[in-house]
Order: sequence, then structure tokens, then C-alpha cells
Amino acid sequence: MDFKGKSIISIRDVDTDAFDMIITTARRIKEGEFAGCLKNKLLATLFFEPSTRTRLSFESAMRYLGGEVIGFSGTDYTSVKKGETLTDTVITVAGYCDVIVIRHPVEGAARLASEISSVPVINAGDGANQHPTQTFLDFFTLSEFFPRLSDVRIGFLGDLKYGRTVHSLAYALSLYKTPMWFIAPDLLKMPAFLTAEIKENGSTAHETEDLEGVNEKLDVLYVTRIQKERFGDMQEYERVAGCYRVTNKIVETLGNKVKIMHPLPRVDEIAREVDDLENALYFHQAHNGIPVRQAVLGLVLGAIR
Amino acid sequence: MKTYKVYAINDGTVIDHIPNTKALKVIDILGLENKGILTIGIGFSSQKMGKKDIIKIENKFLKKEETDKISLIAPNATINIIKNGKLTEKRKIEPPAEYINVIRCSNPNCITAKENIMTKFKIVKTSPLILRCHYCERLISSGEIEIL
Repeated sequence: MDFKGKSIISIRDVDTDAFDMIITTARRIKEGEFAGCLKNKLLATLFFEPSTRTRLSFESAMRYLGGEVIGFSGTDYTSVKKGETLTDTVITVAGYCDVIVIRHPVEGAARLASEISSVPVINAGDGANQHPTQTFLDFFTLSEFFPRLSDVRIGFLGDLKYGRTVHSLAYALSLYKTPMWFIAPDLLKMPAFLTAEIKENGSTAHETEDLEGVNEKLDVLYVTRIQKERFGDMQEYERVAGCYRVTNKIVETLGNKVKIMHPLPRVDEIAREVDDLENALYFHQAHNGIPVRQAVLGLVLGAIR
Repeated sequence: MKTYKVYAINDGTVIDHIPNTKALKVIDILGLENKGILTIGIGFSSQKMGKKDIIKIENKFLKKEETDKISLIAPNATINIIKNGKLTEKRKIEPPAEYINVIRCSNPNCITAKENIMTKFKIVKTSPLILRCHYCERLISSGEIEIL
């Protein structure tokens, strides 16, 4: 797949060749290749809603490769406050830069932006829909520890109903036929259509309400935040959240080789004590956002072929 | 001699085998209201369907890409093109690869509900029908489809 000039909007547009290309490129960047390859290139970050990791890691990625960054975070001081449409904003900004990274609270905003922009657009999250570079960095992190993604036994724990991160990663892994376990309370279980799609792609998908229901040793436990606002009854929330909290004891039960991942931010679904274990990959995972986003920027700008 | 409840047209398009009571919706989807002479038959007896509707559109030869738009509500309709009183073309409805500006996205937080753009849906499965919004990627099943 030739990435030059292409927008990166959804995991559904990406095939295994493209995933492999991104992983390989990120690895080479981490080893020191392609330094300065984005010199004289300009990135515009259009963050219509707040972000910590995604925005800062995109900006770092661009600067580490020698490029420059303009942009906004929050719409308070932009023409959006005057009622400017997304279409007009994107057409205008596309004339100021070589590549756009967009985060927007409305689903489909990034796709629309890519259709009207004269420069490549990278989706950094459109509402509850897609956040492809998060999936790429999850993939890259997995690839660092497991050479064959088809062999990784991965469990997803927590809010599997609303979590776009889990949906995208599980879908992407199904392209490699990775065996998966979905561990969630009934209220927050994986949407049936997605589980069906994952199985159709060739993965085995097991569903259970608790970790005890996982009858095999997992290689990876991918934990997500359970959001309070999904529950009408706070007592029910406390009960559920308590059952899905990862502690040192849980890690010990799962086996000392299990890797713990999390897209962050976390609240208290992973106890702080777990941070000190070698099993904890989540900060390493967040730091991998840099080489992965460098790879994506370098590829879509044609600086890395 | 066969008697017709709806008189024959000399030039135009006849849409037959529309599910009963859906004729007015078909006219709506095809944008035919106030666009010329229409003859509408509702609740005719049909061997295949029990009851059916039929529409005759005078002096208009609808193209395949136009009539395929009604595949959501009249998948088994037949299209007859009449020229100089003779049947010159008979065809079935086929689902298009994409429904462009035919369906409203059921997701209130979809960009199509916020910006003035055309909706676009791709077919994921035909039986049962499942569509995916090109923008927000939400899936909708046949029971949730709202025609624009």
C-alpha cells in the first residue's frame, strides 16, 4: 500500500499489509532511521475537543522528524465560535499546511474532512467512532513482545460496549485471526455485530462476565475504563467497577507472563501497585505513540516510502 | 378481453409489484410528486403478492440508478419502460452499491446531521439487510431505516 497523500481515517480502510508497513516503519524509526525526514513540512492539529496524549504525541512526532506544527486545541479562540462550518475550516487550513490531524466530537467528521481537504487528514478521534493511530500503537506494542499476532491470546476487560479503542483493536486483530476473550458485565458487553464480524474474519471470540471464566492463560490483558455515566444506579457501578479492578493479586492469578495494556487515561481500574510490575505495559504503550505517529506522518507525506 | 383498472400509458415507466400501500412512499423517494402525470393503483390483487401497488409515470423513462433507489421498500418491484405503446425494456430492482442521499443516519451525533452534506450508506449484508453509514460507520438494520 502506498500511503503517500492518503488520509488515515478508519481501521476499516486498513489491511494487513498496511498494518505491517506501519509496524515496520515505526520499528525503524525507533532504531534511529529517517531522522529529519519531515524538514520543511508543516502539520496542523485541529483539536475540536481536548486531548493529552494524542495531541502532544503527534506534535512531538512531527518535531522529532524535523517538521513544524500549527494548530488549536479547543475552539474558544477560533472561527468555529463564530459559527464556521467544519467544511470551511478544513478547506481553509488545508491551504496552510502539508498534513492535518483532526480530533472532533462528532462521528464522521474526520471522514468528511478527508473528502474536502487538499492535504492528507489523519483522524485523531471522531466521537465514539474511530481513532486509528491508537490501534496502530497498540499493534506496534504487541508486535514488540509477540512476533506473531495470530498467536497472541488477548483478553479485553471492562467497558467493551462503548470503547472505540477495543472495537478497533479487536477488529484489527481479527484480520490476523488472533484468539480473543471478551470479559465484561452484561451491561457493557461487546456489541453482537462486532463479535460476529470478528468471528467471520477467523478469530475465536469467547465471552465471559469475569476473569475466572477465562479458561486459558492469557498473554495480554487489555484493560479499559468503566465509565460512571453509563450506569443509572451508582451502587451497581461500584459493584461492577470493583469486580473489574486489576491488582497485583489478579496479575499473579493470571500468571507472571501476562502483559497488562490500557489505552489510558485510567481512573482506578488498574491499581497503582501494578505499575511497578514488569507486566505493566501501558506507559510504554503510550510512549510508543511517538514512533507510530512519526511513521504515519512520514508515510502519508511521502517522506518514508 | 382483459380489462384494466389503471389505463395503459403510451410513453413512460410502469412500476409494478410494489408492496401494498407503499406506492406513495415510492413516489416520494423518486421525487415524482408534482413532476407530471402519475396514475397510482393501491391494493390490486396479485398472484405473487396477495395485494400490490402499481404506479404509471407518463412521459418519463426512469433510469436504472433512479429506480434502484426504491430497493429498500420495493425490492421485488418490476420496471417496465413503454415507448409508443410498446414494452421496450423490463427490469428488476437491484440494490445499489451505495445509497446516496436516500437514508437518514439514525445516529444523532453523525456529521451528516450537523453539516449540510449528502448521506451515504454501503451495504454490509443483503439478507437480512444491514447498512453502514459511510461517515459515522454506524450499522443500521432494515427495521431502523428512515428514508430522507
